[in-house]
Amino acid sequence: MSTEQTPAASTSELALGFSDPVREAQATFKAVMWAVSRPGHRMPLATNLKPPAPLTPEMAALALALADYETPLWLDPMLAKHKGVADFLRFHTGAPITDDPAAARFALVREPGNLPPFTDFAQGIPEYPDRSTTLILAVTMLSDAPFTLEGPGIKSTRSFGATPLPADFATRWADNRLLFPLGVDLLFTTSGLVSALPRSTRITAEA
Amino acid sequence: MTALEQTQTASTSAGMPAITYNFAYLDEQTKRMIRRAILKAIAIPGYQVPFASREMPMPYGWGTGGVQVTAAILGMDDVLKVIDQGSDDTTNAVAIRGFFETTAPGVATTTRTQDATVIQTRHRVPEQQLQAHQVLVYQVPIPEPLRFLEPRETETRKLHALADYGLMHVKLYEDIARHGHIATTYAYPVEVDGRYVMDPSPIPKFDNPKMDDSPALQLFGAGREKRIYAIPPHTRVVPLDFEDHPFKVQHFAKPCALCAATGVYLDEVILDDRGGRMFVCSDTDYCNTRQAEGHRGEMSALPEAAE
Ligand SMILES: [Zn+2]
Repeated sequence: MSTEQTPAASTSELALGFSDPVREAQATFKAVMWAVSRPGHRMPLATNLKPPAPLTPEMAALALALADYETPLWLDPMLAKHKGVADFLRFHTGAPITDDPAAARFALVREPGNLPPFTDFAQGIPEYPDRSTTLILAVTMLSDAPFTLEGPGIKSTRSFGATPLPADFATRWADNRLLFPLGVDLLFTTSGLVSALPRSTRITAEA
Repeated sequence: MTALEQTQTASTSAGMPAITYNFAYLDEQTKRMIRRAILKAIAIPGYQVPFASREMPMPYGWGTGGVQVTAAILGMDDVLKVIDQGSDDTTNAVAIRGFFETTAPGVATTTRTQDATVIQTRHRVPEQQLQAHQVLVYQVPIPEPLRFLEPRETETRKLHALADYGLMHVKLYEDIARHGHIATTYAYPVEVDGRYVMDPSPIPKFDNPKMDDSPALQLFGAGREKRIYAIPPHTRVVPLDFEDHPFKVQHFAKPCALCAATGVYLDEVILDDRGGRMFVCSDTDYCNTRQAEGHRGEMSALPEAAE
């Protein structure tokens, strides 16, 4: 066992991490890479993880593939109130859990209907816009409505929808886009799928 | 790093310890760091994301930035092609391909552009139109397009933050004043999605139009300068130019001497010490494929030209 992490609980109490870390981390990253490269497109994301509820398997896969001691995690209230979630994430990633959304490199949002304002999170700075938070949302459904997307990674336009989201999501996203190259990036997860809205994407219509 | 992720050592039957590298050489923590940088790079097209470049078992000039990007994205289902100046057979390309054959068992390698899922390149974009599932990884020596105009990193960061690219236009305009045209033929700067000005790496400007609206994902790795940047698929990539001096690519007077291709980038090949020469495709896979399809150039009959 390396010294980089402090087990928060004994292994026997914790759900297992990746059974084949090298292969599963690569496959998970690759799905996210293509999702960010083709905003709104739904990429298959297979995982056998059985993390403690209410953390979903797909959220857990993204966290295990991308987070480590260099990337503080912020948990939304629904995830934060279940202690087992933080224990699982700390043990398998070594990432510190932070209460400060602006200090987080990744934010895990289990209840995207109650999404905090994007401006609560790190936006990056003009010389280093990459110093921003990536939000990982668990949605119940990804679909082709009501939004029309344009921008890098999209041939002409692409249809996109996710449920649940705040009613004013399009307005919030437009405000985020206005900050470009600053702003947050969104990763949407649902059962077996991942999709993304990087900050470069514009919502040009809402049906 | 967890215990499971640590590089494992195996023993040979003779009992001597043999070093077994982690898949694709890099440890998992390094891969995660590079992967995070790649995701930011895709989200902010053309912006140079800093990353903690690792020492690689090859000199910097050999494309350690590209190698690290490739190592971070490669999976066992990938098919890797490595080219240097369009060729799969140069020392540099052979060494990098061999490096991944050794360190990434299970990854297939190919010289066929159409069969590859990941293509690592130095100084060229393949002639064949890339496809939506392909990633082109560029080796980049100097990622900062403003470096020769402003050596201070703090200042170039500011200029990018302000999208202040006046210096670059002044430099190109000085070209015009001196030469009557823009003399830059390699590493010709481009504007990505109307925002960041980016160095496309030392590809001939002939290849710049292939970057625009490409179906493939384009990733750029600079090892010595520790930068990763990206062009997502279907992104507008425009070479900087002026209304009265629009960007133009090189044109070649004759077709490829081996496969008769036109509209491709040609290299000059010296045939003998009496000044004999011919121009042939720089992209050897493209040329070989055309010859296999029966295309013949004016030098095809020569035995030494067939090889
Ligand atoms: Zn040819």
